[in-house]
Amino acid sequence: MPRTPPTAQTRNSPPGGSRRFLLIAGVLAGLVILGTGAFLALALRDNPRGAAGTALASAIGGPFQLVDQNGKTVTDADLKGKWSLIYFGYTHCPDACPTALNDISIALSELGPKRDAVRPVFITVDPERDTPESLKAYVTSFDAPILALTGTAEQVAQAAKGYRVYYAKHPEAGGDYSMDHSSVIYVMDPEGRFTASFTHESAPEQISERLKKLIG
Amino acid sequence: MSIKVLAFAACITVANAALAQPTELEVDNAWAGATPGQAENGAAYVTITSPSADRLVSASTPAAKKAELHTMSMQGMVMKMRPVSGVDIPPGQAVTLKPGGEHIMLMGLNQPLREGQSFPLTLNFEKAGPRTVTVTVEKAGAKGPGPAAAQH
Repeated sequence: MPRTPPTAQTRNSPPGGSRRFLLIAGVLAGLVILGTGAFLALALRDNPRGAAGTALASAIGGPFQLVDQNGKTVTDADLKGKWSLIYFGYTHCPDACPTALNDISIALSELGPKRDAVRPVFITVDPERDTPESLKAYVTSFDAPILALTGTAEQVAQAAKGYRVYYAKHPEAGGDYSMDHSSVIYVMDPEGRFTASFTHESAPEQISERLKKLIG
Repeated sequence: MSIKVLAFAACITVANAALAQPTELEVDNAWAGATPGQAENGAAYVTITSPSADRLVSASTPAAKKAELHTMSMQGMVMKMRPVSGVDIPPGQAVTLKPGGEHIMLMGLNQPLREGQSFPLTLNFEKAGPRTVTVTVEKAGAKGPGPAAAQH
């Protein structure tokens, strides 16, 4: 995430204010770590309840209003009642996004009767090209029933902000572009609280084993 | 690990080393992931082995308007995709393009890639010149070639 490195600030601080600056630096560094997700996955790996009941549960997620692949408005409240696996990506992405969605599909197929307790959610970071129609065609190619969400640029920005997802357009020759984006799978509990996360390195078996423990 | 297992592993390693000494540049295991829905972009992957140093500089296919060499990298948790000018092939060392790394980006597919289909792909090397291979389409989000791709 493009945040000012706190170290420069610390070095330039006057001697008297160094403790305060160290504190700010520490908090800023903490925020950067929060944004990565990998740290969370590691820190919560051995906790059977994940982040539930910790301060982290409210650090990821938040209100959003988007539209699904059938044109229906969906808010964060609609996700409650089931576990959600949330991944931000875009349909022009040839590599990381299909891999993540396929991993989720495989993981869900290994959940047996618990499969219905989990809802995979794909939120685009490219609302300019990803319409409800293109999202619908895209997600039906995967085995799992995926809720695909898009919206206006502002709506997508709000959702991404809540989940601390970074994304930026990268122009390419010929007017085309790719999207740089955080590639993290978030696990939210049926109350909409952040519980755990997976990275691109998580194998489908790891995801399903973790979900089985979390769902209980 | 027992000595037997180690010896077996050593045999396999030696056998592989012996097999991996082609007399000219070879492109194997050409595959691509199926593209979900009407996705306009796809990615193809190959394994390249050359007895002498070479460089993959461009690609083309009748399946798409454009084929570019790209690399995907993770910076922290952020995925970035960038075009690259070429891929170096060191002598005698197999270079495998795979998901999460370098790939041949197929931009503006004429039609979606569906599992089980195949299409030709031409790779241009600085020294060895062009090589055309048949790309087998695997499941969307697959992480490697299936048995059909491995036969080519």
